[in-house]
Amino acid sequence: MQILDEINAPYHQIIKSTGEVDDQQLNDLNLSSELLLEMYEWMLKARLLDERLLKMQRQGRIGTFAPYSGQEASQIGSAFALKKSDWMFPSYRDIGSCLVHGMPIEQLVLYLKGFLQGGSPPEDVKVLPVQIIIGGQIPQAAGCAWASKIRKEQDVTISYFGDGATSQGDFHEGLNFASVLQLPVVFFCQNNQWAISVPIEKQMATKTIAQKAIAYDMKNIRVDGNDVLAVYKATLEAVEHARNGGGPTLIEAVTYRIGPHTTADDPKKYREQTEVTQWVDEKEPLIRYKKFLQNQGLLTEESEQQLRQKLELEISTEIEKAEKIVAEPLATSFDHVYDQPHANLLEQKIEVEKRTAEGR
Amino acid sequence: MANLTMVEAIRDALKVEMENNESVILLGEDIGKNGGVFRATDGLIDMFGEERVVDTPLAESGIVGASVGLAINHMRPVAEIQFLGFIYETMDQICAQAARVRFRSAGRFSAPLVIRSPFGGGVRTPELHADSLEALFAHTPGLKVVMPSNPYDAKGLLISAIRDENPVLFLEPMKLYRASREEVPSEAYTVPLHKANIIQSGDEITIVAYGPTVPIATSVANEYLQKGISIEVIDLRTIYPIDFETIIASVEKTGRLIIVHEAVKTGGVGGEIAAHISQHAFFSLRSPITRVTGYDTPYPVASVEDDWLPNVVRLREAIEESLNC
Ligand SMILES: Cc1ncc(C[n+]2csc(CCOP(=O)(O)OP(=O)(O)O)c2C)c(N)n1
Ligand SMILES: [Mg+2]
Repeated sequence: MQILDEINAPYHQIIKSTGEVDDQQLNDLNLSSELLLEMYEWMLKARLLDERLLKMQRQGRIGTFAPYSGQEASQIGSAFALKKSDWMFPSYRDIGSCLVHGMPIEQLVLYLKGFLQGGSPPEDVKVLPVQIIIGGQIPQAAGCAWASKIRKEQDVTISYFGDGATSQGDFHEGLNFASVLQLPVVFFCQNNQWAISVPIEKQMATKTIAQKAIAYDMKNIRVDGNDVLAVYKATLEAVEHARNGGGPTLIEAVTYRIGPHTTADDPKKYREQTEVTQWVDEKEPLIRYKKFLQNQGLLTEESEQQLRQKLELEISTEIEKAEKIVAEPLATSFDHVYDQPHANLLEQKIEVEKRTAEGR
Repeated sequence: MANLTMVEAIRDALKVEMENNESVILLGEDIGKNGGVFRATDGLIDMFGEERVVDTPLAESGIVGASVGLAINHMRPVAEIQFLGFIYETMDQICAQAARVRFRSAGRFSAPLVIRSPFGGGVRTPELHADSLEALFAHTPGLKVVMPSNPYDAKGLLISAIRDENPVLFLEPMKLYRASREEVPSEAYTVPLHKANIIQSGDEITIVAYGPTVPIATSVANEYLQKGISIEVIDLRTIYPIDFETIIASVEKTGRLIIVHEAVKTGGVGGEIAAHISQHAFFSLRSPITRVTGYDTPYPVASVEDDWLPNVVRLREAIEESLNC
């Protein structure tokens, strides 16, 4: 079981929770100051948006929402490793990744308002609508990567999912396909310790998620999911491996869900608040990265304040834009069931249009 | 007696059956410590322990597949599928496995299990949390499909489902979970399966509804009663096998039939009832049988779901059409 011990050894890390950095690894990464700062900007934007959405949900301006606070390093770091032309198959919680990969905040807000338009990203954005069915996107990502391979395109596909998703058949089937067919896909699992109320120890008997890759003879990386640089490095390695024909990788990013599962959930029912505070105190991703940037002389309290203001404004503008948009009427839904509505469907659509027009 | 909501009545049914029968165990996602996302199993883990109220890994096919095995080996599993939209994950284990255990072993084995699952629209849920999928299971011989519309029935029907020797899907309209309270006996009692309930008797039209559309049917029937038109409202309660006898007797009296369900129209339970009634009560009919249902699209986004769902307006129109025929 030596190989298992290796995988399950402490995860890859570049920035310690104190903000101290492993200089060797940092140099190897060879990132410009701009890029280092840009990652922070996205993490902060994601965090501020999360807080704003939570407020909007409480005010009844959007529907149920799954907060992602605490997982920004995993989401932003991994998305930074992609090219714009790569494919993304996210779950409902992967908003940070979706934003980096080009999903407009406006679209997200429309989605959360329950508008049809919310599922449809701009033409050049290869982000699928967030998946609600746990694990459903995993074999699809394998298929998408398969198409890239067949079509001899250089695109890589990334699939995001949680620790709970690894219990689904879809996870195992997707990994096996990718391994058998040697597909250019990255399976990015955010182990945030919880699947609603079920802790990881009840979800699986294995020590780690990364070790599940062994069964598929698949490359795997276990990384500190609250260390944005370590996540970036791990994902870049996996993406390049895929792009160079090396096949799939399973990444386990060890992170934590600070907030409730969704706005409909009450975590006090099942987890101790002390556990949350401990994670936040020791491992919070933004605090850590900020310390690092300050140590590098790239960020000051003042410049952070300015950044905050800029981002708040940007978020407000996007939300205002979204809130001015009116919902597509029900009739539009009939256009998207098939490429052409069949006769019976068309008849129903006309009935609905008539009802809307007559206000009944 | 206690004054209970539907979800409390369901919890009560689980409690009394667990007390009555040691073989009954509950399994599903977040049903233990969390008490279920709707609290249908709240507190049961404290009463019966982790061995009988089991938080499973996140795998619906595993939950139902394991329930089949448990049931074959003489346990009485009551599985929860967190929302009915997630049941697609386990279609094989339900329709191709549980439904056929008795049949393919020529009666040697059987899989008496219950699958509980909330569903239904109008609650602004995310995608795949609202879909009414009862017709899929009504189309699968070997299964029974049950759907309560009030607290009293919920407890009695669930107890019947647990005691039944066949696999039963017990579908819980989430909009009705806390919609009303009702006196419910504290002890175990049964409401028979396969038996529709005439909630309101009337002479001029029969409305067949079940689960979430029952309140719509009764409210419209009350309206018409004020106008001097009496409508018979039948709550199907068991969706499969259907109690045709009750519907036929009613239509023979009223001569008119409207079926209301949230599920999409084509291939739905309404079509089956219409076909059966036009064959067996054809000469009693005074107007065409109509259906008031969801449209033939996937369940829509929240901003337009109220326009999609059957409602009192659409039901009234169907009644007018039927009366003026
Ligand atoms: C097939 C399916 N089953 C159940 C659910 C309900 N559900 C939504 S999220 C969730 C937990 C998911 O946990 P995990 O995979 O760890 O992701 P996280 O929510 O922690 O990001 C469950 C059970 C669902 N959406 N889909
Ligand atoms: Mg999780």
